[in-house]
Amino acid sequence: MGRYIVRRLLWTVLVVVLVTLLTFVIFFVLPKGDPATRFAGKSPTPELIQEVKESLGLDKSVPEQYGLFLKRLVTGDEYGWPGLGKSFQNKQPVRPELIQRAQVTITLIIGGALLWLAIGIPVGVISALRRGSVLDRVSMGTALFFVSAPVFWLGLLSLYVFWKQLGWLPGTGYVSFGASPGTWFSHMLLPWMVLALLFAAIYARVVRGNMIDVMTEDYIRTARAKGLSERRVVMKHELRTGITPVITLLAIDLGVLVGGTIVTETVFNLQGLGNWLLIAAQNNDLPVTLAVTVLVAAAVSILSLVADILYAVLDPRVRYQ
Amino acid sequence: MSEVLLEVRDLVVHFPTPDGVVKAVDGVSFTIERGRTLGVVGESGSGKSITFLTVMGLINRKSARVSGEVLFEGRNLLEATTEELRHIRGDRIGMIFQDPMTSMHPMYRVGDQISEAILAHRNVGKREAGARAVEALRQVGIPAPEQRARQYPHEYSGGMRQRAMIAMALVLDPDLLIADEPTTALDVTVQAQILEVIDELKQRLNIGVALISHSLATVADVSQDVMVMYAGRPVERGTRGEVFDAPLHPYTLGLLSSVPRVDVRVERLVPIEGSPPSLINVPPGCAFHPRCPYRFDPCDRDVPDLRDRGGGHDDACHLSAEAKAANRRERLDMQEPVT
Ligand SMILES: Nc1ncnc2c1ncn2[C@@H]1O[C@H](COP(=O)(O)OP(=O)(O)OP(=O)(O)O)[C@@H](O)[C@H]1O
Ligand SMILES: [Mg+2]
Repeated sequence: MGRYIVRRLLWTVLVVVLVTLLTFVIFFVLPKGDPATRFAGKSPTPELIQEVKESLGLDKSVPEQYGLFLKRLVTGDEYGWPGLGKSFQNKQPVRPELIQRAQVTITLIIGGALLWLAIGIPVGVISALRRGSVLDRVSMGTALFFVSAPVFWLGLLSLYVFWKQLGWLPGTGYVSFGASPGTWFSHMLLPWMVLALLFAAIYARVVRGNMIDVMTEDYIRTARAKGLSERRVVMKHELRTGITPVITLLAIDLGVLVGGTIVTETVFNLQGLGNWLLIAAQNNDLPVTLAVTVLVAAAVSILSLVADILYAVLDPRVRYQ
Repeated sequence: MSEVLLEVRDLVVHFPTPDGVVKAVDGVSFTIERGRTLGVVGESGSGKSITFLTVMGLINRKSARVSGEVLFEGRNLLEATTEELRHIRGDRIGMIFQDPMTSMHPMYRVGDQISEAILAHRNVGKREAGARAVEALRQVGIPAPEQRARQYPHEYSGGMRQRAMIAMALVLDPDLLIADEPTTALDVTVQAQILEVIDELKQRLNIGVALISHSLATVADVSQDVMVMYAGRPVERGTRGEVFDAPLHPYTLGLLSSVPRVDVRVERLVPIEGSPPSLINVPPGCAFHPRCPYRFDPCDRDVPDLRDRGGGHDDACHLSAEAKAANRRERLDMQEPVT
């Protein structure tokens, strides 16, 4: 197990290297105008462009730039570790903003995940137990609706209803928890719900399917033959095998969402990572793009490692060498 | 004095389905006495499992029409409440199943799965239950039971798992053990060991056993009573000696002459022609008649009753006693038993 983890962590490093390399290649290969020219202002003189190039480090060759990027990433720079440089756009150091935005996104994801687990698992379990009932059909129909509803539409609709029409919730934007927990919560509630509904729908369907498969297993019949109470049969024997796969699903989804809540962040005007990545990509802001890419790649690989470890812990049949 | 543990009378279990009513069990009666094993034999789909799952209260009563009586310790289990049945299952009646590979929860330790049965019925602590689980594993011949109890089912071989299942079924000293094809999924060499364990425990604990199997050969050595089922009904019922040495029903005869045997010289190995009928459209008259080489006039019209042909040896067949004896002589060489 220990060796397996070390191997997977080395693999994570390799993934980060490859993904950033790919980002570099795309950045320099795709025709999109010279960033130095862009950042030099309205009517740049060649001298000015040269100056900007030097300040951005674009005067060096591409492999040199990539080497420098990796070196800074590993050893840190004047803004701390990992060294992520300065944004091309606003010349501000990337690292503090990354940390700040990561907090917003992680708040969004974790709150959303708690909510979708709290909705998706019980709905899935109850639907499976009452298969074919009105309750089951209504929940699965609703789930299908939320699986197919576009997030931006759902987000705008919820804002319209709860903010504009009913006035129950404040508007968009992020308020830090430290500033005012109540306001923080009320600002996050809608984004959490909108993010959670899609996943709750997916999880409810997955859990229902797993549970229905588990119910017909021989060992469930054995559990009943032992004279266990129905409650224990469901809560201990069926749930255990029905929900274990959800842990893996959750870890993978959380990883992917680190850079993937772009729409939710945009609709609710949350200054998170997805939002930042979008702006950075549009504006050829290489350092910011790279910083978010590194974080997302690391999050995805590490969380999928966590998923594998959890799976081995929960299912004794699973062993890694 | 024999003590009847389980008496089933006219048990009927029908499943209404969109295609018609599946007559899975259609009038089954038998008794199981303390200290005796009833071998229940029949081809796939003859209603063996459904009969005993109904006894255990393990079929979904909403999807089935059930009638008759299942008398256990004087109570009709068909009228028992869910909670009453729960107290009987595992505690008074233990059950083991065909496939030991899938019959245990893959994510819990074997010892814990046995303790769980104890904790469900007895007011004892976890430690005490754990100790009794280890003892139960020892009783069924599992070496190093302390270590084995801490292992998961996938660390056991098939035979060891079935032993553990037996330990789980018997840990609370039930009166009755139902073994539904306990050896079908196992290697031939292991099959005999499992049957031996069941037989040995039956004698030591003085319990009743229902041993379900596809083949008469499996139940031959360890059963005192035998019931042969066809299409949801018993077609022959008697002691081991009666059924093996003087089989009456053509179906029993067919089962006996379709498998090689050690104790009786079979003239030729002849498989039974055809296949079991659909339980939705059971043939009129005797359900076996389309496959019966001796069928005659009344067989496709009148359903033969299961009747006592002397000394408690019952069968359901229109043939005369002489005809049955003649068929028997023709099919099995009963004169020279190889012993
Ligand atoms: N819920 C149900 N609905 C409809 N038919 C059913 C249902 N349960 C069982 N049956 C049918 O009842 C018949 C008898 O089944 P049963 O499992 O008792 O047979 P069996 O004698 O144990 O056979 P096997 O040797 O294959 O285990 C089968 O044909 C089966 O398809
Ligand atoms: Mg069966």
